[in-house]
Amino acid sequence: MKNFYMGIDVGSVSTNIVILDEENNIVWKKYLRTQGKPIDILKEGLKEVRKELGDIDIKGVGTTGSGRQLAGLILGADVVKNEITCHAVSALDFMPDIKTIIEIGGQDSKIIIIRDGIVVDFAMNTVCAAGTGSFLDRQAFRLGVGIEQFGKLALKSDNPVRIAGRCAVFAESDMIHKQQLGHNQEDIIWGLCQALVRNYLNNVGKGKEILGPIAFQGGVAANEGIKRAFEDTLKQEVFIPKDFDVMGAVGVGLLAKAEVKRKKTTSFKGLNISNIDYKVRGMECNDCANLCEVIEIQEGNNILARYGDKCGKWTNSIKDSSKLA
Amino acid sequence: MKITFPHLGNVYIAGKAFLEELGQEVIPPPRCSKKTLEIGTKYSPETMCLPFKINIGNYIESIEKGADTILITGSCGPCRFGYYSVLEQSILDDLGYDVEFIVFDPIYEGVKKLKNNICRALNVKSYRELIRAGNFGWKLIKKSDYLTHLSNEKRAYAVNSYLVDNIMESYYREVENTVGGKNMLKLMNEVENSLKAVKIDKNKKPIKIGIIGEIYTIIEPFVNLEIEKKLGHMGVIVEKSLTPTRWVEHHVSNFPFGSKEENEKYRLAKPYIPTLVGGHGRETVGSAIYYSKKGFDGVIQLLPLNCMPEIVAKSILPTIQKDYDIPVMTLVLDEMTGEAGYMTRLEAFVDLLERKREEKKNEKFLYGY
Repeated sequence: MKNFYMGIDVGSVSTNIVILDEENNIVWKKYLRTQGKPIDILKEGLKEVRKELGDIDIKGVGTTGSGRQLAGLILGADVVKNEITCHAVSALDFMPDIKTIIEIGGQDSKIIIIRDGIVVDFAMNTVCAAGTGSFLDRQAFRLGVGIEQFGKLALKSDNPVRIAGRCAVFAESDMIHKQQLGHNQEDIIWGLCQALVRNYLNNVGKGKEILGPIAFQGGVAANEGIKRAFEDTLKQEVFIPKDFDVMGAVGVGLLAKAEVKRKKTTSFKGLNISNIDYKVRGMECNDCANLCEVIEIQEGNNILARYGDKCGKWTNSIKDSSKLA
Repeated sequence: MKITFPHLGNVYIAGKAFLEELGQEVIPPPRCSKKTLEIGTKYSPETMCLPFKINIGNYIESIEKGADTILITGSCGPCRFGYYSVLEQSILDDLGYDVEFIVFDPIYEGVKKLKNNICRALNVKSYRELIRAGNFGWKLIKKSDYLTHLSNEKRAYAVNSYLVDNIMESYYREVENTVGGKNMLKLMNEVENSLKAVKIDKNKKPIKIGIIGEIYTIIEPFVNLEIEKKLGHMGVIVEKSLTPTRWVEHHVSNFPFGSKEENEKYRLAKPYIPTLVGGHGRETVGSAIYYSKKGFDGVIQLLPLNCMPEIVAKSILPTIQKDYDIPVMTLVLDEMTGEAGYMTRLEAFVDLLERKREEKKNEKFLYGY
């Protein structure tokens, strides 16, 4: 029987699942909307794995993304890793001599600087979400354009409108202003793409030495307008991996494979956990003025974990639980 | 006279005991919490630095517990801290709180004023008494810093790092019910013993990170989202470039020459930043170099949003990173800081340092697969 490895990226906007084989090929991938219900979506994803691939032999599982801890707990992941490391791992698998990774996802954007196959520096957006997927989604909606058409339209323009991209809110009002002045849609969209790339390079990429080859990944890489704007500004080609939208999941899948090779066994609980009932209960601890929101996860009748407390009183109250605080 | 003072990490432990030794009644503010920050944010100017907001929260919480006199140090550098006491007093006045401020301004602002303030705040009958209590207080500061340091080290080496949290948590709870210097010292000795009894794994080779940046953000765990704890659980040894002990050594014990370590930092920073820029901007640059020379794996700069001296330092740090080949990460903190993004950055930074260390060991490294 063939061995497979699973990587899951539970992000704010999407949950991505990939299944890799022994040769690091992507056998199956799924892009689901998280919709604020990570556990339900996770179970749904696993159901689909079973439906489409049957009861395959999954040898190792890794989780990443902002919901990594939760997903890791429920699945029994072998590796729970932050997004930055995972993106670096998958980009290096895509192109071993990569020097810069631009990653723009649903709610955050990152730059990862790599030299000789090692992450030497990185940055994430801190104060502004302009240019990320959810912002583009909203603007496409406002312009009455499907997000899939957004990038293509930008490419049609050769006379961009200059839009203030310093901040998401101002970019939006400036864009409305330009619409009212009567500029055509393509020019506005192309202008917006350029503004967002400027914003990214000024905020996230500030002070970083951006050398090629450059990889562009994350959901926003689907947008050809943004890709072109990056290429125009950086004056060199930007490479987009085939599976740009699930690179985080691929990275953590690769890490899970390495980890399982090392420890020789997996802690994955199996695909049939999609049948188990998970309950999440939140409560406010009133023992001190911090009023921590403690979260308790129940698997069937067992308490799987508690976390969210500053002092560790709740986290430590169950034995052998995963420590998340 | 019921004295209170703003929180600054573990200083309240020594401060409380020291003032109690001198026969004063002390009401330390409750430990910083979300409520403190909420109160502080509500009554402070919106663009003010984070430490100020916490101060205001501390004062109001203490006043509600009965405090009527506030002790705070002054400053006259180009950093906003110099105006803290003035602005804070006027905010409290506007809110209708009738409290007295005693400000210890630096000695070159006038010896007599400082002397008067000390006599008033500390209830000094004779200088001999003051020196005795001062020495005792100094001992307590060193001891409480040592405990913080020990707990950080233990966390990195411990088999179960969460035991350390339990010990420290019960220590902080006990402090509130302990009166007087002698009892405090006894409590500290007990805590030291239980920390030393925590089982450790000697084979661990922890990553070492120096924490540099703005003094308040480094020292107060509530403000830096307990960075020491978080890194400790990841198996990292943390050293803080500024601690109450280091501050006293530099500004009080070795007055007017300054401590050896701080002067060394000035010297190291000199090619990049030859003069005072306020706050601890110069020290931040110097510390980054200092830690790189001491063989640390990386440094993390903590910067409260819109802190001017640290912004100056931040713009110099990429050059240090290049010149000394030490990874530097800057974390910006304010009341809006989200914990999830903070964790991601810390984790990724630790990953980066681990890989870098392995690369140095193996010459080349292929991400483990």
